[in-house]
Amino acid sequence: MSMTPSNQRIVSRLKKSSIVSLIKKGLRVDGRKLNEYREITIIPNYIAKAEGSAYAKIGGTLVIAGLKVGIGTPYPDTPNCGVITVNAEFVPFASPTFEPGPPDENAIELARVIDRSIRELKVIDLEKLAIIPGEKVYILWLDIYVFDHDGNLLDTSMLAAITTLLTARIPKAVIKEDGKTVELNKEVSEPLPITNKVVTVSVGKVNGKFIVDPNIDEEQVLDCRLAISISEDGRIAGMQKMGSGTFALNEVIEAVKIAKEASKTLFDKINEAIRSIRK
Amino acid sequence: MIGKIKLIDENGLRVDGRKPGELRPVKMEVGVLKNADGSAYVEQGNTRVLAAVYGPREIHPKHLTLPDRAILRTRYHMVPYSTDERKSPAPTRREIELSKVIREALESVIFVELYPRTTIDVFIEVIQADAGTRTAGLMAASLALADAGIPMRDLIAAVAVGKVNGTLVLDINQVEDEFGEADMPIAMMPNLGEIVLLQLNGVLTEEEFYEALKLAQKGIVQLYEIEKQALMRKYVEIKVEEV
Repeated sequence: MSMTPSNQRIVSRLKKSSIVSLIKKGLRVDGRKLNEYREITIIPNYIAKAEGSAYAKIGGTLVIAGLKVGIGTPYPDTPNCGVITVNAEFVPFASPTFEPGPPDENAIELARVIDRSIRELKVIDLEKLAIIPGEKVYILWLDIYVFDHDGNLLDTSMLAAITTLLTARIPKAVIKEDGKTVELNKEVSEPLPITNKVVTVSVGKVNGKFIVDPNIDEEQVLDCRLAISISEDGRIAGMQKMGSGTFALNEVIEAVKIAKEASKTLFDKINEAIRSIRK
Repeated sequence: MIGKIKLIDENGLRVDGRKPGELRPVKMEVGVLKNADGSAYVEQGNTRVLAAVYGPREIHPKHLTLPDRAILRTRYHMVPYSTDERKSPAPTRREIELSKVIREALESVIFVELYPRTTIDVFIEVIQADAGTRTAGLMAASLALADAGIPMRDLIAAVAVGKVNGTLVLDINQVEDEFGEADMPIAMMPNLGEIVLLQLNGVLTEEEFYEALKLAQKGIVQLYEIEKQALMRKYVEIKVEEV
């Protein structure tokens, strides 16, 4: 059962009103422009034991994603495809409002929004991850861990997730002589079959004005927010209205335009991070 | 698989014979349950949904209440026999996510500030699933809330637009959802022109997205009329008889 949260972070009225009045003038509390991201840091291959990983930081929000790879049986409805599972956890120390326990509705929603964008855009060509079609396929576990919450968990998580996939190297699958047993040869690795890239841009509405990348205080002031996934070729790869509040039709259209423009910054950062490891 | 199945025939008609911009047959009924404070039944093609409302009522433990408004508790649930393969009755990740987006849609519709320190509980049971269950569920929920006499800014009308074989279609069914390229559920307060729920599962160009929004709005206007008729059937006609 989903319940109205009663443990919301409290932002003082004074701070709220200064955030709102600044946005009205086209300014932000931290000095940014309305369509500007905070400082972004991406470090690929952050975890040595994972087949792929990335550290992503937007402002004070820190997310580390990791990919683990195994062999398993495919789903009956997609016998010739590998399997990817996306999971997200908000660790208790990431925010005073987070509590230990299985992923709550917020973590589940975040993981599913990321999963859908990656799946629908076919970021990974899952058909190339079948080892013995119908029998043995690669199983990918993409785990997203939020370690520090300073607003905009979704965009940061997507950056970590996509960088992880783009830089992962998975062990080569070797079919044994019996033609049935499959083993992973950790000595030989290859990149994932990537076909596209995607980022998510969260656009917030405050008194009819739009901002990207809300920080944690701004999140408390938003009238409404829309997360928009954009592919590198500029298509919309997923959308999710998050939180209460409403958008008019023309506002949604404006939000999409803003997201498309802002996505370029994120792709630049991802590409820069990938280049850094290929040197 | 995707694209190999023909979802639009040579005459431009869909698998169930509908035109791209056509809704499935709709049935709505208000006040279908005895115990609940408000209830409704919505049928859209082969999708059938029941919704019920309890409240505003007390909540225990009391620390869950809010001093300036009612809290909302929402459960979207599919019963085990609603799908082709039996669905476990335990809540899935999908149901947890949908319960959240449905609750958030209702938060902006109900005047929660009128009932501080209480809860309003909204339950949605999908008894037969053929795509569009969250949108049918939201309509049933808004009718049930109206039936319970809870003040709202507007009713919610909702529909899913899809893209199948490259064509945008209104109110997708299960086959179109499974083999199509995109599914975009959208819910609005039609009279205010405000969107309360918007999701996109799939890939659309910017132009396709604008077209999809227009198509959805066309369906929403029709569904809104059917909702109002359902409410009037229960309330206005009885009043006429009593006079």
